[in-house]
Amino acid sequence: MIEIQQLSKKYKGSENFSVKSLSLKVEDDEIFGLLGPNGAGKTTLISMLSSLLKPTSGTFTINGLNFQDNKNELKQLIGIVPQEYALYPTMTAYENLFYFGSMYGLHGNTLKNLIEEHLETMGLIRFSHKKVQTFSGGMKRRVNLIASILHKPKVLFLDEPTVGVDVQSKNVILDRLRLLNKEGATIIYTSHHLNEAENFCSRVAIIDQGTIIIKGIPTDLILAQENAHSLEDVFLKFTGKALRDHA
Amino acid sequence: MRKLLASAYKEVVLLSRDIGGISILFIMPLVLVVTITLIQDSSFKTINNTKIPILIVDNDKGSVSESIFEGLSSSNSFEIIRIPSEEEAKAAVFKGDYQLAIVIPTTLSEALQKKIDQNVEGILAEFGLEEEEESTPSKENITQKEIRLYFDPAAQITFKSSVKNGIDKMISQIETQSIYRAFQEQMGEEEGTAIFETKSFISFKEIVPTNNNVDVIPNSAQHNVPAWALFAIFFIIVPLSINIVKEKSQGTFVRLRTNPVNYAIVLGGKTLVYVSVCLVQFTLMLLVGVYLFPSIGLPELDVSGRLILLYVVALFAGLAAVGLGLLLGTIAKTQEQSAPFGATFVVILAALGGVWVPVFIMPKFMQLLSNLSPMNWGLNGFYDVFLRNANFMDVLPEISLLLLFFILTTFISIVYNERKNAV
Repeated sequence: MIEIQQLSKKYKGSENFSVKSLSLKVEDDEIFGLLGPNGAGKTTLISMLSSLLKPTSGTFTINGLNFQDNKNELKQLIGIVPQEYALYPTMTAYENLFYFGSMYGLHGNTLKNLIEEHLETMGLIRFSHKKVQTFSGGMKRRVNLIASILHKPKVLFLDEPTVGVDVQSKNVILDRLRLLNKEGATIIYTSHHLNEAENFCSRVAIIDQGTIIIKGIPTDLILAQENAHSLEDVFLKFTGKALRDHA
Repeated sequence: MRKLLASAYKEVVLLSRDIGGISILFIMPLVLVVTITLIQDSSFKTINNTKIPILIVDNDKGSVSESIFEGLSSSNSFEIIRIPSEEEAKAAVFKGDYQLAIVIPTTLSEALQKKIDQNVEGILAEFGLEEEEESTPSKENITQKEIRLYFDPAAQITFKSSVKNGIDKMISQIETQSIYRAFQEQMGEEEGTAIFETKSFISFKEIVPTNNNVDVIPNSAQHNVPAWALFAIFFIIVPLSINIVKEKSQGTFVRLRTNPVNYAIVLGGKTLVYVSVCLVQFTLMLLVGVYLFPSIGLPELDVSGRLILLYVVALFAGLAAVGLGLLLGTIAKTQEQSAPFGATFVVILAALGGVWVPVFIMPKFMQLLSNLSPMNWGLNGFYDVFLRNANFMDVLPEISLLLLFFILTTFISIVYNERKNAV
C-alpha cells in the first residue's frame, strides 16, 4: 500500500508548488492512473515516490517503508519505468537487461531465463542481440519496461509508458502490465491517453496545479458527471480547455 | 561483488562498441610520444650535428677576433659567415634570416693587450720588479670594449643563454692567456719558453647512477616515454567524464539511481575498466619505445629490470587520473562542460607537473604549485624508476600521494552525488 501525506514539491527558483499538500492512498493490487494536463505535477509526484526527487515537505510510505530509513529495501521493492528510454543505445537489449537485472542482485541462469522469458512475452526475442539504437520507439519502450520489471517489483511506477508507440506495442505493454498486476504488483501510472486509462486503470486521480481535483473508479467518475460520456469529458470539465503551455 | 563485475562488464561493452573512441584512446598517445620524441631527438641532433649559420662582423681584425672565430669554428655548432656591415647583419638577424650576429668592435685586440700590459706592469711595480731604465709610463685611460650580439627575436632563451655563456667563456680564456703572455714578456722570458701552463687545472666529470655496475645514461626516449605516457594516462579523464555525463543525459543514470546499487559500485566498475585502459595505453607506449623507436632511428627505451616498478607507478597514476575523471563526470552537467574542461585541465596539470618544462627552472611559486599536481608525483615516480635507479621504497611517497588523490577525488564524487540526489 502507498500512503502519501501532505506531500509538496517546490523547485528551486519556481514561485509555485509543482505538487501541493497532496494526500493519497493506493491499495495493494490497484492499477492507479495519475491523469492531468502538462505541468500538472504527475511526473514530479512519481519522481518523489521513486526516490528521484526530494520532497519539499510531507511524507509517504510504500508498504510501510520510507526512503530515509529503508532505502535499499524499498528500491528492491519498487520498479520505475521512466518517460525517456533509460537504456544504453550501443548495447543490445540482452546486455541492457543483463546489466540492470544484475543491479537488482539477479544473476546466473535465473537472470538469463528471466530475460529470455520477458523478451519472448514482449515479442523481442528475435532482437535480443541487436543494439537498442536500431530499435523502433515501440521496441525501446518494451525493453524499457522489461528493465524495470525483471526483479518482480511489488510496486511499479510508470511515467507515460505508452507515449509515442504504435497500437500493437501499446497492447503488448498493457497486457504485460495487467499480468503483472494479477501477479500481485501495485501499478501507478501516468498518461495523457485518457481512453487507455479509462480501460486500464482500476482507479484514477485527475491532478491539476499540483493537487488532486477528483479521484475514483473511471466509470463512477463518468456517471457522476452530467453529459460526460468518457473520462476525457470528465477531464476537460475539471481541467478546462485552456492550453497549458509552460516555459 | 557481482554488481561491481556487472558494472565493469557494462563499461567494457560500451567501450568496445565505440571503436573510434577506443582507437583515439590507444593510437593518439602513441602518435604523440613518437612525434614528440622525434622532434626532441632531432633538436638534440641539430645542436650536435647540424651547424647553425651565424654572422660575424669583424671590426677588430686582430688576435682576439681571430680567437673568437677559431673558438666558434671549433665548437662545430656554427657555420660562420663573415659580413662587413653591422647594419646589414642586424637587419638580416632581426628579419629572422639568421639566429645570431656577433659584432666585434674595432681595436679590441689592441685595447685588451694595452689593458693587460697596464695591469701586469702595475702589479710588477708593486713588487719592485719593473725594469730600472724604463720610466713608469703615465696610466692611459682605455675605453671598455663591447662585443655586440644580435639575436633573432624568435630565438629561444636557452639558445641565447648558451651562446652568451660560450662567448663569455671564450673571452675569459683569451684574457687569461693574454695575462700569462704579458707576465712572461715582462719577466723577460722568451716567447717559446713556457713558465706558465695555460691549460685548465680543474676539470669535471659527470657521475651517473649505475645499475649492476653499468652507468645509467638517460636518452630522449627515457625522458619522453614516461612524460607523455603520463600525459596520455591523464587524458583518460576526458572520455571517462563524457561516459558519466552521457549516462545522465541518456537517462540510464536515472534508472541506476532507482536501482538498489551504491554509487560507489557504479564508480568502481568504471575504475576497474578505465585503469585497465590506462595500463594498456602504458604497455603500448613501452612497446613503441622498446621496439619501434630503434627501427625509426630513435634511441631505444631501456626497461630492463624496471618493468614491475614501472607498472606500479603506472597503476597508481592511472588510479589518480580515473579519480579525477570520476569527479569531473559527477560534477559536470553536459559534455560541453566536461570535455573542454577536462582537456584543458590535463594540459595545465602537465605544465605544472613538469612534462614540458622541468620543475626546477620554474618560478618559486609555480614550483610550489607543481607539488600539488598529481602529474608531478607520477612523473617523479617514473623518473625515479627510469633515471634514478630507484626501488619500491623510493617511489613509495609518490605512489602514496597518487593513491590518496584517487581516494579523495572518488570520495568527493560519492559525497557530491549523495548530496545532490538525497531524498
